[in-house]
Amino acid sequence: MSMQRIRISITVNAERHQLEVDPYETLLELLRDRLDLTGTKKCCGEGECGACTVIMNGRAVNSCIILAAEADGSEVLTIEGLSEGGRPNQLQQAFLDAGAVQCGFCTPGMIMAAHYLLRNNPHPTDEEIREGLSGNLCRCTGYGRIVAAVQAAAAAEATAASKAGLESTPEAPK
Amino acid sequence: MKSFEYLRPHNLAEALEIMERYGAGARPLLGGTDLTVRIQKGQADPAAVVDLKGVGEIGESIDARGDTVTVGGRVVLSDLVRSDLMQTHYPALVEAASIVGSIQIRNRATLVGNICNASPAADTVPPLIAYAAEVTVAGLDEKGAPIRSRVPLEDFFLGPGETRCAPTELVLGVQLPLPSRPFGCAFGRLTRRRGVDLATINMACSIDAAGITTFAFGAVGPTVVAARDESGELAQPDLPESRREELLRSLVEKTSPISDVRSGEQYRRAMLLTIARRVLRQAFERRQYQSGGQTQGSKHYRGGFGE
Repeated sequence: MSMQRIRISITVNAERHQLEVDPYETLLELLRDRLDLTGTKKCCGEGECGACTVIMNGRAVNSCIILAAEADGSEVLTIEGLSEGGRPNQLQQAFLDAGAVQCGFCTPGMIMAAHYLLRNNPHPTDEEIREGLSGNLCRCTGYGRIVAAVQAAAAAEATAASKAGLESTPEAPK
Repeated sequence: MKSFEYLRPHNLAEALEIMERYGAGARPLLGGTDLTVRIQKGQADPAAVVDLKGVGEIGESIDARGDTVTVGGRVVLSDLVRSDLMQTHYPALVEAASIVGSIQIRNRATLVGNICNASPAADTVPPLIAYAAEVTVAGLDEKGAPIRSRVPLEDFFLGPGETRCAPTELVLGVQLPLPSRPFGCAFGRLTRRRGVDLATINMACSIDAAGITTFAFGAVGPTVVAARDESGELAQPDLPESRREELLRSLVEKTSPISDVRSGEQYRRAMLLTIARRVLRQAFERRQYQSGGQTQGSKHYRGGFGE
């Protein structure tokens, strides 16, 4: 069989790429090896541990078990796309502040899963955070500080939103 | 990963023509949460992977028409779990779907994929059987035109990984009848950990308007095992506990649990009865709720199970 190459178009962190991929190439390999976005990690390679979590078309997915060809036409957000102007965003900063990182290997996937959780549920309970991150394994932290970091990020977001709300009140149309 | 041809048909006729051409060498791809892993591990070695996500005839919505709800083949489990329609009419299926894999997996994995993977431990299959689901299978007739047929899910499975969907055919979606009231259905599952784990045992139990109780037991046989009490006895609120145990034992006897990495055979046998009591009680209570809330009968029934 002659080697098939598949032309795809994919938008990663708001940047559009035209690529030719192999049939067996995964989205994870595409991100890491072709686009040099090595923040997304390969760990179990079978959709169990969540280290490879990215947001694809608005949904958290395991990039290790998605073919690059399947990602044709999709929009992908990776850990690199979360940062703002080269600085950690609120959620990333909350992980740093809470000490929610030890070896750090699970952290990018964990943060992407937390990002997805907070977008769908801005005020989660501890139980909802644990449920929301249950597809992501961490062997170091014991999860306690990770849950605390997500709570802190949710609180910071709420404060920022209410401040913005107060400031904009005078100009807000009736 | 070994190489294969990646094909993306745009309609059903094209997809079926590919399936016909490659036969057993073709593997249909929806979410890929099982297939891609198997290919990577060398457990599957397809000549062609046929990505069906561009096939319009394989629906991506959940629709109610008349007394039937259809779940399209492209509907992923997280959309099924969020659907008001599913939550209202098929709570036990929603409970089962919400425990499959992880959030990341449910965002990709489809209901039809979970069915066609034909794992004896598939979580969605016992409730689907308890709700009397059917699948629509499409193939080509002698003239090469697509034809569709419906197969009750209870008759669909032949063994682990084997179904009545031939290698040249495709499953387009799932049909669920709207249950006549009062109807109650419950799902139960035994695992070591809640997330990202396969069931040691899973099962569903439904009691229909006529009082027929249907159990579907998973992970205790080569396929999900259905067992029925047609007499209506199990649905009676004042059935003596000893008789209920006798009936449950006779239903559970249809299973053939084995020892494997997740559990020993004896533990499975013991837990089958325990979980069966639980789901029966919950199905009964849900049915009772539909027929007008708590009654003397349901209190008595609950008492019979003191755990």
